[in-house]
Amino acid sequence: MARVATTADAFNAVAEPRRREILDVLAGGERPVNDLVELLELAQPQVSKHLRVLRAVGLVASRDEGRQRVYRLNGRPLKEIHDWVKRYERTWNERFDALDDVLTELKREEKRHGRKRR
Amino acid sequence: MVASAAKHRAVVTLPSDTQIQIQRDFDAPKRLVYKAWTTPELIKRWWSAKRGTVTTADVDLHVGGRWRWVMMTDRGFEVAFHGEYREIVPNERLVYTEVFEGIPNGDEAAALTTMTFAEKNGRTTLTILVDHKLKAHRDMHVNSGMEAGLQDALDLLEQAVSTLA
Repeated sequence: MARVATTADAFNAVAEPRRREILDVLAGGERPVNDLVELLELAQPQVSKHLRVLRAVGLVASRDEGRQRVYRLNGRPLKEIHDWVKRYERTWNERFDALDDVLTELKREEKRHGRKRR
Repeated sequence: MVASAAKHRAVVTLPSDTQIQIQRDFDAPKRLVYKAWTTPELIKRWWSAKRGTVTTADVDLHVGGRWRWVMMTDRGFEVAFHGEYREIVPNERLVYTEVFEGIPNGDEAAALTTMTFAEKNGRTTLTILVDHKLKAHRDMHVNSGMEAGLQDALDLLEQAVSTLA
């Protein structure tokens, strides 16, 4: 089943591993399509397709340099994801810290009563 | 007193269009982590962290059984989730549906969550994989996180204002 690249936003765009690889490469600086084709060992139409998706959600921008089109990373939509993930992580960290306390007590109880008896 | 090791941190990733994954290590065997997750009196002690009080922790632990956890935040908001257990392998694996009651028609946007408890040298790696049916539902989950973040911001603002009063 072919997966259609109907991507509406950055959350979806980075869900695709190949697109994440492209972003990783572009994080190191601007690159023409040919570089990406070589580095990722993908066919050019595939790379172009991924770039189209990334451009549609604003994660990459391009400019023409002579006959080449050069792509660069635009981090702002990624920051949105990062901010959300961090916030979500914080909620879970608080929860898990509280769970640590419960586990410490359970371990202590087990030690006191012996493990086999429940 | 045992010197405590560096605190473990949760790692959240978005492995695909429809998924959210949360992973964290615990210094305890998996049977205890599982117990803390499936025993109402224990859930009540950690699930709300320090943001409120768990008022309901219903766990009907058999396949097809329902669960419902409710927390009252310190600001007086009720946050509730419910679902149904789909697969239970004690101390190993839990699969259940998960509905956030804060959104309209939540049941249609139910996620399927898989918890895996993996033990090594007395430590447990807990992996929670939340899989939504649609990307739109996953994004709703994302957005509910945003709202919680906004709530934090409002809390801070309120504190800041009250110190000025």
